[in-house]
Amino acid sequence: MTTVQEPKTDTFDDNDQKPVGYGRMLRKEDPRLIRGRGRFTDDVQLPGMLHLAILRSPFAHAKIVSVDTSAAEAAPGVKAVVTGETLAGLGLAWMPTLSNDVQAVLATDKVRFQGQEVAFVVAEDRYAARDALELIDVEYDVLDPVIDVRQALAPDAPLIRDDLEGKTNNHCFDWETGDADETEAVFARADVVVQQDIVYPRVHPAPMETCGAVADFDAVEGRLKLWSTTQAPHAHRTLYAIVAGLPEHKIQVIAPDIGGGFGNKVPIYPGYVCAIVGSIVTGKPVKWMEDRSENLISTGFARDYIMRGEIAATRDGKILAIRTNVLADHGAFNGTAAPVKYPAGFFGVFTGSYDLEAAYCKMTAVYTNKAPGGVAYACSFRITEAVYLVERIVDCLAAELEMDPAELRLKNFIQPDQFPYTTKTGWVYDSGNYEPTMRQAMDIAGYAELRREQAEKRARGELMGIGISFFTEAVGAGPRKNMDILGLGMADGCELRVHPTGKAVVRLSVKTQGQGHETTFAQIVAEEIGIPPADIEVVHGDTDQTPFGLGTYGSRSTPVSGAAAALVARKVRDKAQLIASAMLEVTVADLDWVKGSFQVKGDPSKSVTIQQIAMRAHGAGDLPDGVEGGLEAQICYNPSNLTYPHGAYICVVDVDPGTAQVKVRRFIAVDDCGTRINPMIIEGQVHGGLTDGVGMALMEMISFDEDGNCLGASLMDYLIPTSLEVPDWETGYTVTPSPHHPIGAKGVGESATVGSPPAIVNAVVDALQPFGVRHADMPLTPSRVWDAMRGRATPPI
Amino acid sequence: MQVTMIVNDVEVTREIEGRLLLVHFLRDTLSLTGTHWGCDTSNCGTCVVWLDGEPVKSCTVLAAMADGHEVRTVEGLAKGGELDPIQEGFMQCHGLQCGFCTPGMMMTCRALLDKNPDPTDAEIREAISGQICRCTGYSTIVRSVRWASVHEAAAAVNQ
Amino acid sequence: MQVPAPFEYERATSVDQAIGLLERLGNSARLVAGGHSLLPMMKLRLANFEYLIDINPLHAELGYIRFEADEVRIGAMTRHRELLESDELAAAFPIFRDAERVIADPVVRNRGTLGGSLCQADPSEDLSAVCTTLDASCVIRGPGGAERVVGMEEFHVGPYETAVGDGEMLIEVRLPVRKQGGSAYEKVERRAGDWAVVSAGAAVWLAPDGTIADARVGLAAVGPNTTGIPEISAALWGNTPAEELYEQAGAIAARSCDPATDQRGSEDYKRHLADELTRRTLRKAVERARS
Repeated sequence: MTTVQEPKTDTFDDNDQKPVGYGRMLRKEDPRLIRGRGRFTDDVQLPGMLHLAILRSPFAHAKIVSVDTSAAEAAPGVKAVVTGETLAGLGLAWMPTLSNDVQAVLATDKVRFQGQEVAFVVAEDRYAARDALELIDVEYDVLDPVIDVRQALAPDAPLIRDDLEGKTNNHCFDWETGDADETEAVFARADVVVQQDIVYPRVHPAPMETCGAVADFDAVEGRLKLWSTTQAPHAHRTLYAIVAGLPEHKIQVIAPDIGGGFGNKVPIYPGYVCAIVGSIVTGKPVKWMEDRSENLISTGFARDYIMRGEIAATRDGKILAIRTNVLADHGAFNGTAAPVKYPAGFFGVFTGSYDLEAAYCKMTAVYTNKAPGGVAYACSFRITEAVYLVERIVDCLAAELEMDPAELRLKNFIQPDQFPYTTKTGWVYDSGNYEPTMRQAMDIAGYAELRREQAEKRARGELMGIGISFFTEAVGAGPRKNMDILGLGMADGCELRVHPTGKAVVRLSVKTQGQGHETTFAQIVAEEIGIPPADIEVVHGDTDQTPFGLGTYGSRSTPVSGAAAALVARKVRDKAQLIASAMLEVTVADLDWVKGSFQVKGDPSKSVTIQQIAMRAHGAGDLPDGVEGGLEAQICYNPSNLTYPHGAYICVVDVDPGTAQVKVRRFIAVDDCGTRINPMIIEGQVHGGLTDGVGMALMEMISFDEDGNCLGASLMDYLIPTSLEVPDWETGYTVTPSPHHPIGAKGVGESATVGSPPAIVNAVVDALQPFGVRHADMPLTPSRVWDAMRGRATPPI
Repeated sequence: MQVTMIVNDVEVTREIEGRLLLVHFLRDTLSLTGTHWGCDTSNCGTCVVWLDGEPVKSCTVLAAMADGHEVRTVEGLAKGGELDPIQEGFMQCHGLQCGFCTPGMMMTCRALLDKNPDPTDAEIREAISGQICRCTGYSTIVRSVRWASVHEAAAAVNQ
Repeated sequence: MQVPAPFEYERATSVDQAIGLLERLGNSARLVAGGHSLLPMMKLRLANFEYLIDINPLHAELGYIRFEADEVRIGAMTRHRELLESDELAAAFPIFRDAERVIADPVVRNRGTLGGSLCQADPSEDLSAVCTTLDASCVIRGPGGAERVVGMEEFHVGPYETAVGDGEMLIEVRLPVRKQGGSAYEKVERRAGDWAVVSAGAAVWLAPDGTIADARVGLAAVGPNTTGIPEISAALWGNTPAEELYEQAGAIAARSCDPATDQRGSEDYKRHLADELTRRTLRKAVERARS
């Protein structure tokens, strides 16, 4: 068990503890970022660089009759205009998605969602490129779109994917998990069964930096250098090799500083491919940066699950089984970025943190005339939807049983002695100790006092709500026997090199988008080999400089790459021990490792530091038999299981009875992500996710009108919380290390995004209890809350 | 058209198109890429710079409008190699993660402290309410500003 | 990032020079002040003009708040921040500070102007509702220095349309000052900085006996323009302020507005808010008039 002292937030002393290992430490990436010297993709300026702009479909579903580019080609500053026809000639019109579907790079036959890529212009500057788009004349034959997902499989629904041979309907896939018969049997004998329809609306990660790329193709060398906003540079390199037919060793993908990802920057988008084609066609470096509307209407959305949840329990509140039926809207192409064998991501953990007798899920996924995507926005591969389902339906059960929702949860938790715990859907939870986490959240909140206050307020006609959510996540994908993306196993490489003077370089396959890898990974290595983090350079985001691995998303960096970093450091330390034994003229067994040096057992005066060892490893003189010079190692870590962080969240809201506006008054988050490397960074990850939760619960949604026009196409319409909608976050933590992770750490990047929406919705529903409300779908805008108060809550579709 | 303005204490003169946005003038013409942009509708505030000492959204100001005026960007926040207390505060209190909104946030927060050296949390939240941070959840930004406020006050006493 | 289509940039050096330019260039030209409504529309290519005339240099000439014996005169280039920070204005018309606190965001308020807000004529625009509530009149100057003064009802001709003609410019807004007045503004928004779902302003003037000498309510986002509701004024005149009276006014507001269902809320909800916010602002305006 690791103990970490949290800093007092009201005093500002000793913020930087400069630990040689775990603990609060200021971030190594900050000095450049606070000076405006970060280097983001749009900051890349190359000599002779051209700019690319994409023409997008104004229609959700339409045949392309003709595309006339002559006026655009003649426009000042224009260097190239490329259409789907041009790409088809090069065999590049279609590309694989991360779910083994295909997606058009530029549409050839028809457009299938509003915002789909139709043509692009390359011009001398971004203004000229944008101007020329106006001059491209596309004739469309508008078709009826499929917008209402519930109508997608209707017999008379227009066929979207006529590009797929033999396709006669809009069915995408079916998926099930758990045991239907066993679950039915448990439901049949349960005292109480509660059913609730629950919609998780389509939302968007909307990182502050949109997606973009700078492609620089050298025709002589046959080399492509691509700066791009990618969370997974190595996976992208392999995909470009497949898509563009370029040899992989001639492709260098560089992910420079990234202005937030949240899963939005995992897939390969047509724009990246267009930039590559643009550079090949013009022989110049080409930059493409999305504008905000393009980002919102065309890149990876998240959620869009319509769920029917059912829960079975005994009268005294023992939960027996959960069953769900899901209709999933995958948009026009199945662009889900999830392990191939998991078309619904990790939705299978919808059994939550409870010890059940049975569980079953049946899912149908369909195509609609909307943008592709589905797995994004810190969703931990659909665990967001799963946690929302279970935590909402458990609250519905509590209401039905007239039981306190905290008490109901406490009564049903998986117990510490049950771990490792295999769920009824086959997930093996590695470790957990739920009750202390829950109790701590209740203590911080002053739960009993809050309930008293609520009772008093209710008596006065005031609307106050208290919402609870308890989640278990499954993060750190993943074991390569089960998990791959397009055939690429989800393992991660790591290399560590200690220079003669004892300074080190560690090279990662993952890539920060703000999570602080340059700090955390230096700390992981420091903890293992005793070199101060300031002396450890973390190199990442450049495929020519780093070992292969699948990148940063799904809270996988610490569980997978963090393990790799710890293990590679141990490998280096083992070698250092051999060298130390020669230096101290004792056997390896006679040495103790005291962080940073090897000492002779029983004689601390005889020791050598890791820095002295590094010099010896590179220096003159013999090394022990069989030991090569240098002090470095590399590893490829294949996790044996996922890690399962958990947390207890409590939200307090006030609802204005006259205007139905919801104010989040307090939010308490107690997280358990196992061993804590840098508590400051962990707290930051949690805060950010909680804010996402407020966004989704109260305001964020990508909706469409009946013609398929996206109604969330700018930040005027797609609302993201500001500093005024969120409270000062209150956090706590418990530590239950992962038993299989080398340092006991679990992922935390998405915990709060996953865990917070149900707490907020549960709080609002709790506030509306005097109106008999049992459920209301997100986003809980004032108008929708007012509808709920009047007994006419509607799904947001 | 020709514009002349003072950017971070240096006078610059350039030939530009009338429609050129100030954010592009700074980033593309002057290569001051510390100022970012994140939307098209002046909602996100990642592009905030100072125009004559006032924070403005540089994606919604024409470069021509800054002709004859003074502009300050994040690159002009540190003085003589010495970090501004706001910059130090953001580092100390983890007021940034991806760092994309950070330059705009810091410009607004610096302007706030210039007017109101000891703001309440509510005043800090109000000041940054036109700027979106997708990473931090704002609490640490509020702390960062308080850090700067406290340290500036202490420095003033010591002098 | 979106960029506007090409246009010629012209810089105003005086009000009359700007009007001269407008006269010469006709409707291919548009004035730009703060630009925070116009430039985004031009970037999204929802609006295109051949010429933009930058009137920011006129801030020295048109950025003022003057207190006369019987009216307050505010120059069209007065920025939101200046309106928010003016203690005298807040004392005379607290509705201004109420509204300015919830208009856009502090950074936008550093640029946006009173004149720009009114001329944008957005049905959801808060200052239009404030000016409607306060029975403001708008001074429009035309060629040769000719000035005409129009009331708010006349100023807004329709959504995004004003009485300002080609070759004319809004230069000043005048607010009549009466004794024993109080005013207030309330806005419901989905998120800080968003346009109003509905907002309401109320102004009340009390007679020496404590009855309502005059009252006005202005609503935003519930019709083609911000609306004043004469029926409410008529219902309140001569009565002693009381909850029942506010309820009556709220009911009139709900039935006489014309909201549409959209992303911000349903028609029903907006009618309800017109009612609720009318009551709230009247209550607060009366409290302020009494103090």
